[in-house]
Amino acid sequence: MDKQIILKNVDFIYQPDLPSEKQALTNVSLEIENGEFMAIVGKTGSGKSTLVQMINGLLKPTLGEVTVGDIKINNQTNNHNLSELRQKVGMIFQFPEKQLFEDTVLKDVAFGPLNFGDDEPTANTKAIKALSIVGVSKKLYDRSPFELSGGQMRRVAIAGTIACEPQILILDEPTVGLDPNGKNEILKIIHQLNEKGVTIIMVTHDMDVVAQNANRVVVMNKGRVSSDSTPRELFANPELIANNSLALPDSVQIYYDLVHDGIQLSQIPLTANEVVEQITQKRSGVK
Amino acid sequence: MTVITLTLVYLSHSRIKMLLRGVKPILWLIIFTVLIQILFGHGGTVYFHLWFISITSLGIINAMMIFVRLLLIIIIATILTITTSPSMIALGVETILVPLKWIKVPTETIGMMVSIALQFIPTLIDELDDIMNAQRARGVDFGKGKLIKRAQSLVSLIIPLFISSFRHAEHLADAMEARGYSDEVKRSHYQLVAWTKLDWIALLFMILLTAVVVLVRS
Repeated sequence: MDKQIILKNVDFIYQPDLPSEKQALTNVSLEIENGEFMAIVGKTGSGKSTLVQMINGLLKPTLGEVTVGDIKINNQTNNHNLSELRQKVGMIFQFPEKQLFEDTVLKDVAFGPLNFGDDEPTANTKAIKALSIVGVSKKLYDRSPFELSGGQMRRVAIAGTIACEPQILILDEPTVGLDPNGKNEILKIIHQLNEKGVTIIMVTHDMDVVAQNANRVVVMNKGRVSSDSTPRELFANPELIANNSLALPDSVQIYYDLVHDGIQLSQIPLTANEVVEQITQKRSGVK
Repeated sequence: MTVITLTLVYLSHSRIKMLLRGVKPILWLIIFTVLIQILFGHGGTVYFHLWFISITSLGIINAMMIFVRLLLIIIIATILTITTSPSMIALGVETILVPLKWIKVPTETIGMMVSIALQFIPTLIDELDDIMNAQRARGVDFGKGKLIKRAQSLVSLIIPLFISSFRHAEHLADAMEARGYSDEVKRSHYQLVAWTKLDWIALLFMILLTAVVVLVRS
């Protein structure tokens, strides 16, 4: 597989040379491959959001270099030549519904493609495609986005980014503030995109989401990468979890509770189904 | 006036760097006004004349005066905002407005409005930052392109900002009402400011200063 994103010894300092200067990233090196589903976890202020903003050029590294495909970003890069990068790397922020502003849903979703140089019919086609991916019904296309419910607004906002047809999608806490149903729907959409080959990078605090979705998880601590592994490997290391004030997903918590009670399952389960499977296995083994 | 301001700067222990940062945003305005004064001022000795442009001694003096005046205004305003907390400023506004109470102006409400407005500035700046990043990620390139395109990209900032301001305002109003805020109730203040001897001295000083300025200029 080819390396799609490469961060090489990246440092980032907010407001350098001022008394308020703050080192947000220290010597971060990461390689991300095409089609990965990567989760980034860590305490508040550990540099997660800074890290993802590096990847689409909203922030430029103070030292080091970020490479996305054949685009390189370092501290010399001009701010105005990043259009190609921004199109390649879609970014969905926390509470993305804040970005809505057009008078109809369809126009708002088409706003991104128009900015990236599509003509109006193409932009509309892309917008309609994106809206159907996120499951917003045709009836709502001509409504004002501000009349929608919270969950619908978020889906429209996500469609606004999907419509740009990015190869890499970065999501910063996409499920915060949604009810369980809304959350699952959003995750399903993200999963579908991943299956179609879109690389997903997701910042989250929700360990259940990490366990059930990601194939790789990076733990950030004080601006450094403190661990980079599969979710299963991460959750097998309770010390690392505790040191980074992370929680365990429910399924892993059950695993450790069972270990505490003297029952050893064959491997750490990541989903409810795996828990059930392994417990049944164990029981049949006992019989 | 300059001497007094410099004394204030000294007394406030503020750093020169911070004061100069306050000047930065309107630097162009100052330069522009000064240039106009220099180029179009009349009177005094003429140093240089070209069509309608003339540089004269009075023009230059006027320009200098304006330059110093603008600088002083900004520095004084900056000193006020960095030495005095928003709630104190609001309290001050409220106190100054007290005479208006006799003609049934709701001074306390005005004071509250001022303090809320001041306190919301940093929140809104953060919000603006978020929205700007979100629109950038959707391909908006602020400050690039033709004038119309730039205006359009501003729309994508202003509308979300308006909406979030309204949302903040609504939430704040709910939160205040939930804790029993009402403009009909007499409110006490968290910070009590007593009128001391020093305040009399400051007041007298300001009255004297104003008198001197008026006398000198007339």
